Amino acid sequence: MLPISNAPYRDGAKDTLPLVFAAMPFGLVFGALCQAQGLPDWFTLCLSLFVYAGASQFIAATMLAAGAPVFIITITVFIVNLRHLLYGITLIPLVKQLPLKTRAWMAFFITDETFAVTARHLPGLSQNDEKYAKWLQQYYWGSSTFMYVNWVLCTAVGVLLGNQIPELSHYGLEVAMVVAFIGIVVPALQLPSHWICALVAGISACLTYAWPHKTGLLFSTFMAIAAGMWSQHTLFTQLPNKDPQS
Amino acid sequence: MSIEIILIVAMLAVTYLPRMLPFALASRIRLPMWMQEAMSYVPIAVLTVIIVQTSLFKQDQLQLTLTNPYIWAAFAAFVVARIQAKLFITVLSGLIVFFIAKLML
Repeated sequence: MLPISNAPYRDGAKDTLPLVFAAMPFGLVFGALCQAQGLPDWFTLCLSLFVYAGASQFIAATMLAAGAPVFIITITVFIVNLRHLLYGITLIPLVKQLPLKTRAWMAFFITDETFAVTARHLPGLSQNDEKYAKWLQQYYWGSSTFMYVNWVLCTAVGVLLGNQIPELSHYGLEVAMVVAFIGIVVPALQLPSHWICALVAGISACLTYAWPHKTGLLFSTFMAIAAGMWSQHTLFTQLPNKDPQS
Repeated sequence: MSIEIILIVAMLAVTYLPRMLPFALASRIRLPMWMQEAMSYVPIAVLTVIIVQTSLFKQDQLQLTLTNPYIWAAFAAFVVARIQAKLFITVLSGLIVFFIAKLML
């Protein structure tokens, strides 16, 4: 855990830097992919500017090119984005004191990456420590604006370079995201029940991969959370509970 | 209206709604204890699913073999993340092992 510093915005941006790097190939390839599929440049850019959700944008571009109806694309994107609901609920302690307008803006910038780096500091958030809450809110802005600007710029560069950018899957550049997420999950595995959660998530992810509309992601998430909680309350009850909120 | 504009608006709606809903209600609802506890599992659960589905599936096929360089990269990242906490070192180690594995396999 970072000590509270005087430059929370910079702290957030700094901690997000590895994830920004990991997102770069995605932004580039997204721009190039849309180009290659003949989608208008303004459309590609608007997706990154106004939707700002990497996985969903890839799904939309691919499905659109495959001739899927808008309704089906929208449903799939909705299901994929339901995980943001969980992120939002997790982040409630961070934002509940803020005015609605600020919360509305902050909500737009929720991504896997910003959530992942911010969530690591949530346990330090106690009811009365206003200074820490302020620090973490600015930290969130540092992380999210850095991710956002990077995403939009990389999309634009991808569109410009077009088919000079080779296909992502060919070079396997998704690996940057995989190892970055591993770097976030592993330090979070502190209780035995956290390991159970990860194990169930992994197994369920394999078994539900082929489910329609990416429903497997959400299903596996709920299974893993349930397994983690169940094991915490039945198998590992003797262990000291390190969860600072309880 | 063109199909592109409809799609952008529809996607904006279904993306922003799940992001906004909890924040909109944040000042009014108090999460029960069990739910606060459940939420502490969210990062591990979601990220693990994304990690596993991205690294083990290629062209929609499960590639659970040692010739899959993602497995080597993931294993290296796991070990390095256990040893030290710096995200950059973990990412770098994973990438290096990935490209070595790709060259050799």
